Amino acid sequence: MAETINPAQTASFMDEVVAATPGDPHLDRCLQCGTCGGSCPSGPDMDHTPRQLFAMIAAGMKEEVLRSNAPWYCVSCYYCVARCPQEVHITDLMYTLKQLAIKEGLYRESGISNAPGFSQTFIDFVENYGRSFELGLAAKYALRYQPLNAVRMAPMGLGLLRRGRMAIIPKRIKGIDQLKAILARAKALGGTA
Amino acid sequence: MRYGYYPGCSLERNAIAYHQSAVAVAPQLGIELNEIDDWNCCGATEYSSIDLIPAYALIARNLALAEQQQDENGGQLVAPCSACFLNLSKADHYMAEAPDLAEKVNDALSAGGLHYDPGSIQVRHLLDVIVNDVGYDAIKAKVSKPLSGLRVAPYYGCLIVRPGYQAFDDPEYPTSLDKLMRVLGAEVVDYPLKTHCCGGHMTQISRPTALELIRRLLKNAADYEADAIVTVCPMCQLNLDAFQADVNRFFGTDFHIPVLYFTQLIGVALNISPVELGFGKEFVDARPALDKIGTGSPPTGRRRRSREKGLPMPTMSEEG
Repeated sequence: MAETINPAQTASFMDEVVAATPGDPHLDRCLQCGTCGGSCPSGPDMDHTPRQLFAMIAAGMKEEVLRSNAPWYCVSCYYCVARCPQEVHITDLMYTLKQLAIKEGLYRESGISNAPGFSQTFIDFVENYGRSFELGLAAKYALRYQPLNAVRMAPMGLGLLRRGRMAIIPKRIKGIDQLKAILARAKALGGTA
Repeated sequence: MRYGYYPGCSLERNAIAYHQSAVAVAPQLGIELNEIDDWNCCGATEYSSIDLIPAYALIARNLALAEQQQDENGGQLVAPCSACFLNLSKADHYMAEAPDLAEKVNDALSAGGLHYDPGSIQVRHLLDVIVNDVGYDAIKAKVSKPLSGLRVAPYYGCLIVRPGYQAFDDPEYPTSLDKLMRVLGAEVVDYPLKTHCCGGHMTQISRPTALELIRRLLKNAADYEADAIVTVCPMCQLNLDAFQADVNRFFGTDFHIPVLYFTQLIGVALNISPVELGFGKEFVDARPALDKIGTGSPPTGRRRRSREKGLPMPTMSEEG
């Protein structure tokens, strides 16, 4: 982490993160107290705790931050947000870092590189049908990203089917064309808040 | 009391028991649930990881539809799924707080002929509606088959209480579900991990991470001799129930704790038939727990010792 800090770059990455996050995430208020990392259920799996990531963002270490596995291990439990004395919107910032890591193509180096694949596979079904489709998601994601897991997950899939807890075919909403038009416009508008 | 009903994708299938039991108990509690016509997926925790404006537009289409259908819902939208509850309330919250975001989202919605005015729909979790709009006294008056003899661990999970865009209980030590279960006649055990995470989607991304989080929750319930864990979220139910056998294989444990929806237990206390409440779809058989209802027998066996050590404390890192 010993790098020369370029003030111009420092301002721009911090600004980029804040601009891509809804509302004011209060990122500049971070006191480096570490309550976030201490409250995090998947903290032990993270290469950098949220506290460290925020210091790195302030230092303009864009590539290092976007290569971190921490946002991908975030389980979105909001414990850190509930406890942060400075009301930093930590979970929202983790989502922003995931979006930026995908845009910059750096998530592949995070060591948990199938996580974006899961998200993408999930939303592919949502964009095409308007509803999620668990069987399709499980099959497509497992076969593409985790073939070994597919074997392990098969009994559970059958268990869900047997109990009437998994649909065989996806359900398409009536207004799928309307939804597609909305999402196409949303994508064209760009990613910042 | 009329409400818009947003079941969410999980309640259509893997959490069908939650839907069935919610729909079965609602009329008895004076709740009229009118499903939002042609609702779409809220994006769960996935869309926000990919792209911000489409993620919000996806959620906001539902809010816009609810606003259009206000005659049927009175401006109140009820979500039984904690993730849907979070997403719907989050979109409303940030569209109100950030006008630039609201403008972009409404620009996107206009491509489908829709519009949403932030603040026009109040998003509620089903638990909030039941304990606060119906109320404990009214529920108590309707109990015909008290759940006496059943020890339940009240499991809230994360998103029903945090971050609290539509807060109705404490973010770390909520008690509404505890009180509801007591009103139904159940014995509520202390459950220190009641708002800890079930692992969410990590079962698919980092299995050891998820299984450890699930193990802690199961162990905590077992330590307090709970007959069942009661949940308010389909993701929590799926992880604790369907992955319980995986946890046992992975850690060499022997948990067999049924994981039930709070609406199923309300239904039992109102003497609605188990089939109508979706019982039988759980991986861990609920019948041994349900058989205890009415017996009022105290827990027996070796686990009793763990309660006599002193003050109840979370035991998260043992056996790690």
